[in-house]
Amino acid sequence: MLTDIVFWFFAVLTILSTGIVVFSRNMIYSVFALLFTFFGVAGIYVLLNADFLAVTQIMIYIGGILVLLIFGIMLTSNITGVDIKSSQTGNIQMIFAGLLSLIIISGLIFIAITTNWYTKPHNIGKVSSSIDLIGKSLLIDYLLAFESASVLLLIAIIGAALIARRK
Amino acid sequence: MGIGLSHYLILSAILFGLGIFAIVTRKNAVLVLMGIELVLNSANINFISFAKFNNLNIDGHIAAIFVIMLAAIEVAVALAIVLNIYQNYKHINVDEIDSLKD
Repeated sequence: MLTDIVFWFFAVLTILSTGIVVFSRNMIYSVFALLFTFFGVAGIYVLLNADFLAVTQIMIYIGGILVLLIFGIMLTSNITGVDIKSSQTGNIQMIFAGLLSLIIISGLIFIAITTNWYTKPHNIGKVSSSIDLIGKSLLIDYLLAFESASVLLLIAIIGAALIARRK
Repeated sequence: MGIGLSHYLILSAILFGLGIFAIVTRKNAVLVLMGIELVLNSANINFISFAKFNNLNIDGHIAAIFVIMLAAIEVAVALAIVLNIYQNYKHINVDEIDSLKD
């Protein structure tokens, strides 16, 4: 019963703040609403027994990606001018985009409700932390992907610094 | 009726649709990036909810970790490109940028 309340709290928080992210005219409001979206998604992860991923979400998304996005907005818009009000596309495009996303949302919800998903319930008894399972899996089954991810991160750091400092 | 798999799937569907709406309608490149982040987050919710409802299968968590890592890389590189575009054009409206160099 308590998990139901917690789920509804985090779901409503996530969806409301996502609505502010998508529909707000002010870019700063959008970015700060994105913080609550990420936080709500981290709460959903905790409910889904993914404690390590919840901490990772808070550290990388809120601590890294959100700060980068705020830097991007501060560096590329004239804060005191009218530029901070992000312009959206025209009305016709808005109507068609709304129709498109409504079709996508309703189709996905229809699929999610009507499909008879294969589920195998977790035997509720001893739920330990998922960190040791993730560590073993990363270093045994997914070792090649793990190492190539580190190479990819190195390439991305060099590439981003090179592109941003050109000329 | 308790919270089942379909509740999480519906939540991620709503997040996905709103992210697509942000990608399609926003003009500012940074806001388009925020829409992409919403879409990636909804995919992560799907991965982890399927992982939980299949006897806490850990492979879904691994996929979600790689998605988070790729999102971080993508934002870093994309913001470098956006800063470069801003130096050339003095704005970052994605529908008015039509050449790669000035």
